[in-house]
Amino acid sequence: MSVSPLDSAARGRALRTRRRNSVIGVLTALIIVVFAMTLMVGQTFYPPGEVVRVILGQDVPGASFTVGRLRLPRAALAVVAGLCFGLAGVTFQTLLRNPLASPDIIGISSGASAAATFAIVMLSLGQTGVSVVAIVAGLLVALLVYLLSFKSGVSGTRLILIGIGIAAMLDSLTLYVLDQAASWEFQEAMRWLTGSLNGASWAEAVPVSVALLGLGSVLLSQSGGIAMIQLGDETAAALGVRVDIVRLIAVTGAVGLIAFATAATGPIAFVSFLSGPIAARIVGPNGSPLVPAALVGALLVLVADLCGQFAFDTRYPVGVVTGVLGAPYLAYLIVRANRAGNSP
Amino acid sequence: MATTDAPPAPAAAQRSRSRGRTLWLLGVLGALAALMFASITTGSRDVSWPDIVAALSGSAEGFDQSAVAKRIPRTLLAVVAGAALGVSGAVMQGVTRNPLADPGILGVNMGASLAVVTGIAYFGLASATEYVWVAILGAGATAVFVYTIGSLGRGGAAPLKLALAGAATSAALVSLINAVVLPRADIADEVRSWQIGGVGGGTFDSVTQVLPFVVAGTAICLLSARGLDLMALGDELAAGLGIHVAAARATASLGAVVLCGATTAVTGPIGFVGLVVPHVCRLLVGVDHRWLLPFSALGGAVLLTAADVVGRVVARPTEIDVGIVTALIGAPFFIYIVRRQRVRSL
Repeated sequence: MSVSPLDSAARGRALRTRRRNSVIGVLTALIIVVFAMTLMVGQTFYPPGEVVRVILGQDVPGASFTVGRLRLPRAALAVVAGLCFGLAGVTFQTLLRNPLASPDIIGISSGASAAATFAIVMLSLGQTGVSVVAIVAGLLVALLVYLLSFKSGVSGTRLILIGIGIAAMLDSLTLYVLDQAASWEFQEAMRWLTGSLNGASWAEAVPVSVALLGLGSVLLSQSGGIAMIQLGDETAAALGVRVDIVRLIAVTGAVGLIAFATAATGPIAFVSFLSGPIAARIVGPNGSPLVPAALVGALLVLVADLCGQFAFDTRYPVGVVTGVLGAPYLAYLIVRANRAGNSP
Repeated sequence: MATTDAPPAPAAAQRSRSRGRTLWLLGVLGALAALMFASITTGSRDVSWPDIVAALSGSAEGFDQSAVAKRIPRTLLAVVAGAALGVSGAVMQGVTRNPLADPGILGVNMGASLAVVTGIAYFGLASATEYVWVAILGAGATAVFVYTIGSLGRGGAAPLKLALAGAATSAALVSLINAVVLPRADIADEVRSWQIGGVGGGTFDSVTQVLPFVVAGTAICLLSARGLDLMALGDELAAGLGIHVAAARATASLGAVVLCGATTAVTGPIGFVGLVVPHVCRLLVGVDHRWLLPFSALGGAVLLTAADVVGRVVARPTEIDVGIVTALIGAPFFIYIVRRQRVRSL
């Protein structure tokens, strides 16, 4: 008996959905495992039982402070910040149809961190104030980049290049502000600038989580439209997507995520840059890349923070570890493109 | 006159063009002299005339005179570094046929910085000459890396791909520098100048260390000027006119890498000078590299000296490192070029 083409198409789709779901399942499981490890491992090791009791709110001598006050907020912040960076990064890469066009390359992260540093160092604002300033600045920078690249329409190429220029300017402003601040050691400033989870508390983790819930669900609600825009503006419009509106919502949501996360952790280098391509590689062309990329982002930050704390003699901030990953990824792009002869 | 309506004869055009160039040459030299004077006389400390004159004649009594005495090598370093970066940028733009090429944007300066910082942290480098050689190696490796990534795939080394590859590589290199420096509190102060570019630490020693390399690099670049002119016509045409394109490109790139590597070894990463200067110089003297390269040298010296003076004047009593000032001046210019260019869509 022959299989009808309709049948095999349906089966193919079911197969792809299953692959995507199993990837999401595996990633979630990995995140939980590494999250648990982050809670248990440290200068003192706490067995799973004690960790669970702390999480359930019981008072365990020693563990209540170390796990409940230090490790739990840190791990939670790692997860939510990673989700934010991954989700925002893949949104930009998809909308701009270029794997290198992540928010940390085109100036959004630079805008948020310049504003956050200014708010921390010059205005001595608290966590909420810093977040607000970072978000406003991130949106303003996004708007500025968009307006500057407007010249009888916005071309993706021009937008990326102008973003690079703006990023260079904002980065040097940030360096200047940090360098001027007497209360900040220069190296400490550099540490913040690459992204760090040191001293994470609930005061940082909670606003990021709220932002993730709100803005993340907005982005996910647009995932269908975003995926269509990747096919080209005209194609998407022909398929009934209101391209401008989807793009506006998606960019605003992504900028908000970046700004909230950056205000809490500093711009953790390359997470938004790497998550999307890694997720795309694992999942393949099976539906929207948003959720897998967000999960990859969380996993990256968790693992990198764990490595940074314990894998070397020195404690490295998480951004240094993820940043160093960026170099081999670029090298990998060369190797792959040389083999396949396609465009990066 | 009867000839006003007719197009001027080629010889006359040539003459008026070279008169224009000579005038511009005098103008730029004058500006450079004025800026060098300003750089020595102004700073975060106000110094009286007699003290300036005394310091210029070699005396260093009291704070005022020694402040001025410190400004002299600093000014020389700004001139030498600016000239090197200007030529380096012009050659990179020529070699890649890319209006956005610049040792800072392409990440080459950051590669040189990483090499120096690594050398200090792990291999006990201590002498300025060693810094320079290591920096040139780092710059060369980064240039090859970025160019390879940037020219992957369809369309070769398009401006967008090169700039993106450079920006991403820069970000990775900054992380690597941090990874090297963070565990080493002992060298943190020493290597700070390779994290933010500046000429404030310039001494006569550092100028004499870097000068031979800058002279050699400039000579290599000037010798490649004709090759660069022909390559601008396209690789096939250049090959047809008797140029060995790959060799010419490699030679010119070597010169550019030596220039920006050696400079970064002394000043740290300074971006955008190599971007802005050649564009302005092309407007003044045209696209002929035999004119463009010397003018870019002068223009680079003017820009960096001016940026250094501005950085010292606007933030009294502290100063802004010149690397920050050039980014603030240069990035808007970068955006202007991007907007003016007809950018190929993705």
